[in-house]
Amino acid sequence: MIETLFPNVDTEKAWEKTIETLYMTGVSLIWIFIIGVILGLLLFLTSKGNLWENRVINWIISSIVNIFRSIPFVILIVLLIPFTRALMGTMIGMKAALPALIIGSAPFYARMVEIGLREIDKGVIEAARSMGARTSTIIFKVLLPESMPAIVSGITVTAIALVGYTAIAGVIGAGGLGDYAYLDGFSRNQNDVTVFATLLILLIVFIIQFIGDTITKKIDKR
Amino acid sequence: MITVRNLKKVFSAKSGRVTAVDRVNLEIKEGEIFGIIGYSGAGKSTLIRMFNGLEKPTEGSITIAGKDITKIRGRELRKARQDIGMIFQHFNLLWSRTVRGNISFPLEIAGVPRKERKKRVDELIRLVGLEGKEDAYPSQLSGGQKQRVGIARALANRPKVLLCDEATSALDPETTDSILELLVDINKKLGLTIIIITHEMHVIRKICHRVAVMESGRIVEMGPVLDIFKNPQQRITKRFVQQLTEPEETKDTIDLLLKEYPRGKIVKLTFVGEVAKQPVIMNLIRELPITVNILQGKVAHTQSGAYGTLFIHLNGKEEMIGKAIRYLQEKQVGVEVIAND
Ligand SMILES: Nc1ncnc2c1ncn2[C@@H]1O[C@H](COP(=O)(O)OP(=O)(O)OP(=O)(O)O)[C@@H](O)[C@H]1O
Ligand SMILES: [Mg+2]
Repeated sequence: MIETLFPNVDTEKAWEKTIETLYMTGVSLIWIFIIGVILGLLLFLTSKGNLWENRVINWIISSIVNIFRSIPFVILIVLLIPFTRALMGTMIGMKAALPALIIGSAPFYARMVEIGLREIDKGVIEAARSMGARTSTIIFKVLLPESMPAIVSGITVTAIALVGYTAIAGVIGAGGLGDYAYLDGFSRNQNDVTVFATLLILLIVFIIQFIGDTITKKIDKR
Repeated sequence: MITVRNLKKVFSAKSGRVTAVDRVNLEIKEGEIFGIIGYSGAGKSTLIRMFNGLEKPTEGSITIAGKDITKIRGRELRKARQDIGMIFQHFNLLWSRTVRGNISFPLEIAGVPRKERKKRVDELIRLVGLEGKEDAYPSQLSGGQKQRVGIARALANRPKVLLCDEATSALDPETTDSILELLVDINKKLGLTIIIITHEMHVIRKICHRVAVMESGRIVEMGPVLDIFKNPQQRITKRFVQQLTEPEETKDTIDLLLKEYPRGKIVKLTFVGEVAKQPVIMNLIRELPITVNILQGKVAHTQSGAYGTLFIHLNGKEEMIGKAIRYLQEKQVGVEVIAND
């Protein structure tokens, strides 16, 4: 079936490229989750009327987040070249794409986490304080669980955006399905390869969306 | 048990400084249910939030069981808070946890081991009457049930004091009564000191032993609930008392009644405590040749006795009416003749 519809597709190679895309998305997603949650928490806690209210720190984090969120991804890759080389020892391949993917998406996710935290009823935080909870308890037993649906749906949206970013990163030689579509498809004038790679990307996106929605629905007891 | 000295809280908002609590002095006894009543913005929440250090006073002190809450912070304050339970108008439960999980939360904070936690949670669920709802999420509960979870949660660490900020204001009248009864029950069973903030005289009447009336940050009147009902001094206190003892339309009806009964006298009677239970009016009719027309009335039951008002119309010979009034006064009934001219 695949051979007749997509004569130029080498299934083994397509599979390999799919794994590369999943790898880049997966690894950067873990980092984005950690960095995003931490930044989101800091943005929330240091904002006005909250536990660590601090205008200066809030302003600094907020500015950094806004700046990195505004730089177009392709430009970010180029800007980060010296940093990537120093950190990863290479400029090409999957690993080289990670810093840009993470730095490009974490600020975006941090904002989503912050929005989720803002939606928590202030009264619930106050109730925890009235019971004698310390800040760490409030973070891990109140803030994170109570904003979990937003945290999960945020990471779903971010993951989907990331799949797109890996495709862009592919254009500069990071591998993955974007690379496949561009080099094997577009450059060699094999349109079936481009279409096939696109279908795979769509499939990945649908699966991520489905998993994300299912989890969000399951944990949301409001 | 609790001593509040010269407590003051000034907020500096954009629009200027607001004195939310102004030189408040209180003395609350162990095992007492103490009510604080006032209209919106009187500073009640600010006052009660200083009792567990959620708000720091500008001046003054609050001593609970010998410890000045306003002077401690950090670890010591968190420890002290475990001895002071608090319940809220909007319940403030964690939606992500079940009933059991919510009640367990303060025990987790206090570092109680898992096994003991489970045992204690079961006890509390029975105490507040939530059997069968252990695994429900707050979104599956009614307002009254949510507040029961709130109460169980507040009692988990066996506090000495329970603070209630408008705990029944979001509930319908019947549910309000069931929650108030639960509070009285807990007060008797556990000997807990309860401080209640409200804007409803009904709550004060139903469960409080003593009450303080708050207006613009100050306590303007304070005393045993029955005394306040019997003899309110301040205008604001009179208004609160009237919420319960006189039907809203009283003023208008009296004017109407005065027109309707040009002869005889309209008299307002107030009964307090034991008197309210005696058949005073029946005896009056038996003993004097006089007609008594009951116009309207209301009786309120407080923790320390009943209090009621009754409007009656007395008709008969002038001297008999005079005699009737003296008779009523002898029976310890408050008599106020409403002029008919
Ligand atoms: N954090 C704050 N900053 C500035 N002003 C405040 C703050 N909290 C309360 N106030 C002011 O203090 C006054 C008393 O407020 P408080 O909430 O204690 O009233 P309350 O008696 O509880 O009213 P309600 O019945 O509406 O709850 C109000 O004028 C309010 O605007
Ligand atoms: Mg209030």
